[in-house]
Order: sequence, then structure tokens, then C-alpha cells
Amino acid sequence: MSRKATPVPESVWRNLALTPSVAVFMLLSLLPVANLVAMSMHEIRWEDGRATWEFIGAAHYARLGGDTLFHKGAYNTLVFSVVGVSLQVFIGFMLAWAVSRIARGRVVYRTIFILPILVPGILIGAIWKLMLNYDFGLANGLIGVFGFLPVDWLGTASLALPSVIMVDIWHWTPFCFLLLLAGFESLPQELHEAALVDGANAWTELRYVYLPIMMPVIAVTFLFRFMTSLKVFDEIYLLTGGGPGSSTEVVSYTIYRTFFTQDQMGYGSAMSVAVLFVIAVLLVLGFGLSRFRRGTA
Amino acid sequence: MKLRLSERLRIEHILLVLVACFVLVPFIWIIAAGFKTQISLLQGEIFFTPNLASYREVLFSKTTEFFSNSFNSLVIATASTLAIVFAATLGGYAMERMETPRWMVHTLLGWSVVFHMVPPITLVAAWFPLYRQFHLDNTYTGMIFAHTALHLPMALWLMSSFIREVPIELEEAARIDGCSTPYLLWKIIVPLIAPGLAATAILMFIFSWNEFAVALNMTAKQTATVPVAIAKFAQSYEIKYGEMAATAALALIPALLFLLMGQRYIVKGLTTGAIK
Repeated sequence: MSRKATPVPESVWRNLALTPSVAVFMLLSLLPVANLVAMSMHEIRWEDGRATWEFIGAAHYARLGGDTLFHKGAYNTLVFSVVGVSLQVFIGFMLAWAVSRIARGRVVYRTIFILPILVPGILIGAIWKLMLNYDFGLANGLIGVFGFLPVDWLGTASLALPSVIMVDIWHWTPFCFLLLLAGFESLPQELHEAALVDGANAWTELRYVYLPIMMPVIAVTFLFRFMTSLKVFDEIYLLTGGGPGSSTEVVSYTIYRTFFTQDQMGYGSAMSVAVLFVIAVLLVLGFGLSRFRRGTA
Repeated sequence: MKLRLSERLRIEHILLVLVACFVLVPFIWIIAAGFKTQISLLQGEIFFTPNLASYREVLFSKTTEFFSNSFNSLVIATASTLAIVFAATLGGYAMERMETPRWMVHTLLGWSVVFHMVPPITLVAAWFPLYRQFHLDNTYTGMIFAHTALHLPMALWLMSSFIREVPIELEEAARIDGCSTPYLLWKIIVPLIAPGLAATAILMFIFSWNEFAVALNMTAKQTATVPVAIAKFAQSYEIKYGEMAATAALALIPALLFLLMGQRYIVKGLTTGAIK
């Protein structure tokens, strides 16, 4: 690259261009997270608007090890994400396949299907809180038509988590659909023609042509959705508040309650650090694994 | 849609119509619920005489905060979107085309991925004490900072991949013609990545508009955003279901506008963010 025309060295421009991003990174990520780690090793009390910090070392982390509610939250988050995202990817795949096969109306379907992605999570919670209402919700109205008794969708311990997962499927299947549709649309038309020549029907074509060739897109969709699914908070906040009992307790909600409503800032910080740590480990493992597989393949 | 009967009856269409209904029915139901009286809503009436009381109460009653909440959301979302797009365009360009050291690129992009996975609530916990110290809690500035930090990683990721698609030959040609770096970025790169820029901006605006976990804990009455208001409504002791439904229905309007005006960009942004 020639530099004779630029009186200001390229490195100066580069540093200028990087400044905003790096400043956000340092001031709003590194610094707060460092502070979070420091907080997690202290017992923090608020008195007259002033915080007193008392160093207690790793005591909060030791407490985490025996905190059954935190464990339940972690377990529920995992179940919520694995079950929910698997179903979302499956339904999204079938929808994307169906849309890619129709001649007209693709844009109409896509427009309808995208809508839930754009709606605030908290609003989804509000809508479904009403939809699933025991007395007048549409869900009970519908099953009533078929002669079933009304069900307390969100208030029954065994049903609450499946109900929340169902709402999440309604909310996020469209996102999986969108990614998978992009995958289908990038496939060459010859693929379909070749399958026809080989005498494949729709089903065998789906099973033996599209499924294998779409596997990388499916994997990426699953991972991407899974990553964001672990963050679930908004819907739970309105739908169940973690209840009944601890049947829909998720990690984000446990942290929220500990840190903000119970004012246990030190312990809440320890939970946050633990979550950050687990996620960093998962990422390193994920990246390592993909590099390893690429290396051996 | 004019389709032959045989095609209309194909299984794909049946599946798609069913799913489209499943997607749309809750929206239609909630909008209709806003038009019902409390009694008609509680009785689960399907046929009812529309009644504007709930919508009027939400929009025009003396205690309504609907417009001030919308204004707060608008200010925070617009400002954070501008900040993010500015920082991400510069940062993305520096990372892709300005020989930024590899370790730095890896750190920034790695940070982006981690931040995309981290529950926002853990970040709120991290920001909260610092915000109190610097009196940033319950301020627009504080919320704008928070949303910028929360969504910049994704934007950096997006802008990097859009800038990567610009052919390097164009830049080299401009350099030979004596183009300076800022001029090159502003006059050559930005026009070329304009669709990507729009996609990023729309997504960032939507993310900020929809964000709840941070807003819940970092805003007070004067700065509360729309999602916080919805949550407050749904949790008040004497739940007025009609008004809750009306608020929810009104809060859907921005999503509908985004969908009608910027669908192409939204699709581009969402797919690029995940696949590349």
C-alpha cells in the first residue's frame, strides 16, 4: 500500500477508527466484569446509600456449590434450551422446506412468520399470559371446544416449563425458519433436478438429499439459537416468575432475584461470574472442537 | 393468490396455512381483547360489540404514561443505534482493512461472541454499582451506554462481514488516485455497504426498542421504556386485562412498521449475523 499520498500515517487513522469500539470494550465490558469479580469476593451491604465491602474470599462460590435453587435454575435453563431449540430447528426446517417448494406466496409466508421475532420478549410474555389465562384465555377456550376441562397452563408445576417452552417455540421458530430458508435458497436448482431424475419422491429427497446437505446450516442455526436461548429472562419474568415453586426457575432469573430484589450483590455477582465462566469454557470447547474436526477431516 | 386447485391442496400449503394461523391468532386475539369490556373478556366471548374504553384509557387518560414511555424508548433506541453504527463501521473497517494486529481482532471478535451469549442480567449486575457511583442510573445517558455496550458486539460482527465483501481492488484504485483514508471510508466504502449499514441499524434499533432486562433495573419512572411499562402493567395488583391487552396491541405497532418498511434489511441482518 502506497503511503506517499497520505500525510497522516495509516496507523493513526487505524487507532482513531478503533477507539470507539475499544473504549466501549474497556469501559463497559472489562472494567465492569473486573468489578464483578471483585464484588463476588466480598459481602456487600448498603447502609444509608453507602456500600460497605467485607472481604470473604471464595465463600460465595462455596455457597454456590450447595445452592439447590441455582442448580435447579441451571438445569431448567439447559432443558429449556435443548428441548426448545431442538423443536424450533425441527419445525423451522420443515417450514423452510415447505416454503422453498411452493411457487407463489413465499414473501407472504415469510412476512407472517417473521413477525414474532420483532416483537419484544416482554410483550410476548404479556400476550401469552392472557392467552394461557385459566379463566378466559384462548388456549382453554380452544381445548374446551373439544370437550377438555380447562388447564392451569402456567400454574401447574409439571406443565409450567412445557408451556414456557411452547411460548418460546412460538417466539423463535421463525428465526430458525429464516436461517434455514436462506440455506435452502442458496442450494442450486440442479440438486432438485438430479433427485427427480434419480426417481426420488418428496420424502426421499428431503431425507437423502436436503437433510445431509443442509447439515452445516442446521448445526449453525442450532448453535446460534442455543446460545441466545440460554439468556432467557423476559418471557419467564412475566409468564411465571420462576414458579410455581421452582419449576421454571432459570439462571437469569435467579441472578436477577438474588442481586436486585434480595440485595445480595456479592452473592449475585458470584453467580454472574460463574455463568460467564461456564459460557467462556463452552465457547473455547466449541471452537476447539470445530478446529479439531476441521484439522482431522 | 391464484393457484390451481391441485396445487392449493398440496400438503405444503396446508402445513403453511396452519402455521400461519398459529402465528397470527395470538396477535389477532390480543388486538380484539383490547376492544372488549372487562366482562366480555372474562366471559371469553368470541362475538362481541367493540368497545374503545381500554384503548382510550391507555392512550388518553390522565395517568397514562404511554407517550412518555414511547418517547423514552425512541430517544434511547435512536441514540444507541447511531453510536453503535458509528463505532461498528469504523471498528469493522479498521479490523478488516487497516492491518489491525491479529490479537486485537481476535480479542474484539471473541469478545463479541462471548457477549452475544452472556445473559444481559449478568451485565446489569456488573454495571449497576459503577452506574450508581457515577450517577448514571435512571438517566438516558446510562441507558444509551448500556444498550451500546450490549449490542455493539453483534454490530461489529455484522459490519466486519459486510466490509469484507467490498472488493479490495476498489480501495487500491482509490488509493492510487490519491484518496485519503477518511475520504475513502466515507465516499467509497460507506456507499457500497449502505444496505448492510441499513440492516445493522434497523436491527440495533429493534434490539434496543425490545430490550427489557437492562431497562427494568436501570430506569425509573421518568426514563422507563415501553417494555418496562408493559411489565408494570401486567404485574399491577388489580390487573385490568382489557387495558393490558390494549397496551400490548399498541406496543405491536412498531414491530409491524419495521416489518412493512424494512423486511429486506431485517432478513439480511439476521441471516448475516448468524451464518457468517
